[in-house]
Amino acid sequence: MIRALHMRLLYSLALLPSALLLALAGSAVAVDVQDDEQFVPILIYRTGPFAAGGSGIMGGFEDYMSLLNERDGGLDGVKLVWEECETAYNTDRGIECYERLKNKGKYGAPVMHPLSTGITYALIERATRDKIPIVSLGYGRTDATDGTVFPYIFPLITNYWSQSTAKIRYIASREGGEDKLKGLKIVNLHLKHPYGIETIPILDVMAEKFGFEVTHLPVPWPGIDQKSLWLLIKRIKPDWVINRNWGVSCTVPLREAARIGFSREKILGVWWCGSEEDVVPAGKAAIGYISTNFHGVGRDFPVIQDILEHVYGKMMGNISSTRVGSVYYNRGIIFGIVTMEAMRLAHTKYGNRPIGGQEMQWALENLDITESRIEEIGATGLISPLKTSWRDHEGGGKVLIQQWNGTKWVRISDWIEPYADLVRDMIKKSAAKYAKDKGITPRTKPEEGI
Amino acid sequence: MIFRENGQYAATYAKDMRIFRLREDRVAVAVLLVVAFVVVPLVANDYWLSSIFTLFLIFSLAALGLNLLTGYCGQLSLGHAAFMAVGAYAAFNFAVRLETPVLFNFIGAGLVTAAAGFVFALPSLRIKGFYLAVTTLSAQFFIEWLFVSFSWFSAGSMMGAIDTPPMRILGWAVETPRDKYLLTLGVVTVLALLAKNLTRGEIGRSWMAIRDLDVAAEIMGVRLFPYKLLAFAVSSFYAGVAGALYAFCYLGSVEVTAFELALSFRLLGMVIIGGLGTIMGSFLGAGFIVLLPIFISITVAAFATRGLTDFLSNLELIVFGGLIIFFLIVEPYGLARLWHTTKEKLRLWPFPY
Repeated sequence: MIRALHMRLLYSLALLPSALLLALAGSAVAVDVQDDEQFVPILIYRTGPFAAGGSGIMGGFEDYMSLLNERDGGLDGVKLVWEECETAYNTDRGIECYERLKNKGKYGAPVMHPLSTGITYALIERATRDKIPIVSLGYGRTDATDGTVFPYIFPLITNYWSQSTAKIRYIASREGGEDKLKGLKIVNLHLKHPYGIETIPILDVMAEKFGFEVTHLPVPWPGIDQKSLWLLIKRIKPDWVINRNWGVSCTVPLREAARIGFSREKILGVWWCGSEEDVVPAGKAAIGYISTNFHGVGRDFPVIQDILEHVYGKMMGNISSTRVGSVYYNRGIIFGIVTMEAMRLAHTKYGNRPIGGQEMQWALENLDITESRIEEIGATGLISPLKTSWRDHEGGGKVLIQQWNGTKWVRISDWIEPYADLVRDMIKKSAAKYAKDKGITPRTKPEEGI
Repeated sequence: MIFRENGQYAATYAKDMRIFRLREDRVAVAVLLVVAFVVVPLVANDYWLSSIFTLFLIFSLAALGLNLLTGYCGQLSLGHAAFMAVGAYAAFNFAVRLETPVLFNFIGAGLVTAAAGFVFALPSLRIKGFYLAVTTLSAQFFIEWLFVSFSWFSAGSMMGAIDTPPMRILGWAVETPRDKYLLTLGVVTVLALLAKNLTRGEIGRSWMAIRDLDVAAEIMGVRLFPYKLLAFAVSSFYAGVAGALYAFCYLGSVEVTAFELALSFRLLGMVIIGGLGTIMGSFLGAGFIVLLPIFISITVAAFATRGLTDFLSNLELIVFGGLIIFFLIVEPYGLARLWHTTKEKLRLWPFPY
């Protein structure tokens, strides 16, 4: 008995320090960044419930950087290197990853993509102090669009509020004009979750402006059972249903709508409910379902053909090649294009060398991706033009509508412009509250470059 | 030889009753505190201070709170993450609405959370075990729902998020990771000593009696209801302070999803792996659950090469899960028990028995 105890103790005591030693050894030999190489941190989740999004998006981002390395020999001749850190969509781990990667390379991390709204929130204060821009593309904190209060946070292309106004503009175009919105019944089926409730105020404001009737139906997390809600929707008889869910709760409404006979062509999803992973499990019930997006889908773009040739052709792809061209993957390409274009702009000002956080912030505030530049990249139709300023950290991106035809997403609309002025007022108000809580004095002029 | 009790006599009652009776223990604790308060802030960089030590301390405190309830009083709770949320939101409201001093906010947050814990503990006299666990689960869902539904709690934020205001204690601006680490460490030290003391006294002994067999405890004259309520209240107090520290010293801006059900399970995991009914176990358990995955992930990242990343991400989970199973098989009573056994051995060392 005592001997057994002895052995148990020995095993455990031997294991703990060896695990620690291994960890220390590991930290010593982690990816080495040369002084003339551009380091890019990658916060990713390949595990956990949202792994499809994490691996798809960051896989696309990494492949785009591989493309630049392989085809062009780096960005303006500066070789790109990156290191992954697994966050598992967990806020603590995200912060740890941020702290782990922020000082890599001679100039430190130029930018971070947290890829999670929770991590974005938690990094606002840290990143502002460390002067590292946080880019949350298509997610994150909407009021951070106000660059006067959030100098280092960039919810680029379009935020959730802009997206919601674009949805209403699309509905108006389908109904035959803005005046036809009057009297329409719209159900906002949203997760009972900070991300889900975020668009309630903007929808209310628009309902008042255009005279339609909006009913907010909360879906309890995680939203697997929505039967009773759809019975309610059957009673309300709405003209449109907005599907603002995430993960599995995106798919459930499609099946429920099929059951009560509600047309899927009248269900309009948020872009986090608009990937292949969201519709395939619903099978036939998903056919005709439409969702917003802020980028094109499919492989018919020169830039993606180049990736297939230069990256997957050399067996250097990050994920399974069948996923190339999927919604999440293309979103990652957008992440790559926006980040690399900002770096390219920084090169024009600071020279062709690795870029640091403050320089990147200048570049992100002066970003101007024009139609002709997009054509040069080979991404026409994949991304809409973008122009930021030190006040506007969103850049006025546009939204498009796509429809699921049973096998793939098909783009069915032109680029749709959000109602920018409507959104701007609300953002100002919300950002002012943040400034007051945090004791921040909003900037009155752009930061001097360094 | 190293731990020698002989020769250490307690000549007065006061000496007999002090927290650490053995000289060796006192020295060890003193050294630990000096290292934590002086050496670590001087030596560690921002990465270690902010994302390792501060996080570790905060979760240790939360685990400690849960350990008081589960380990000492034998009542299971699956709602401790929500109680942390109550603490965070309460501290935020004190700070923003009343603009009270920082330390008062933390204590106030603890008290508000204690009240919340008290309310959810009311059924604990009638129901036990798994059934009680389910009522605490309802606390988790109710509190999350509350903070998402009513923006009053987040002072009107449309996403139910709170943005913690800057902290200042008697002219000391708590800004850098080092400041935040020291503040957290101070709070955790005081509360840990308090807990250690609490468990040695009448209250702690009554809790343990209830844990071991409530009928027997009742027959011996321990009134179950007040002590169970007290255990919930004290435990929630600790969770609330931990939640406030989590929001103010670690996250900065928080939304309620930071306190989701998964965190409750992680806290329970810390307590079980660390050792039920030990103060030290709470710290060891928090270290195991919070820090080990980070170390594994750093190790794994070192071997990351193109094409293998997918597998390596999952390797972290595999290794971590394997270690949990290993330790639970080797030492079902938790890591604190390992330390205890080591101490027993050191007492006799170098003689085997």
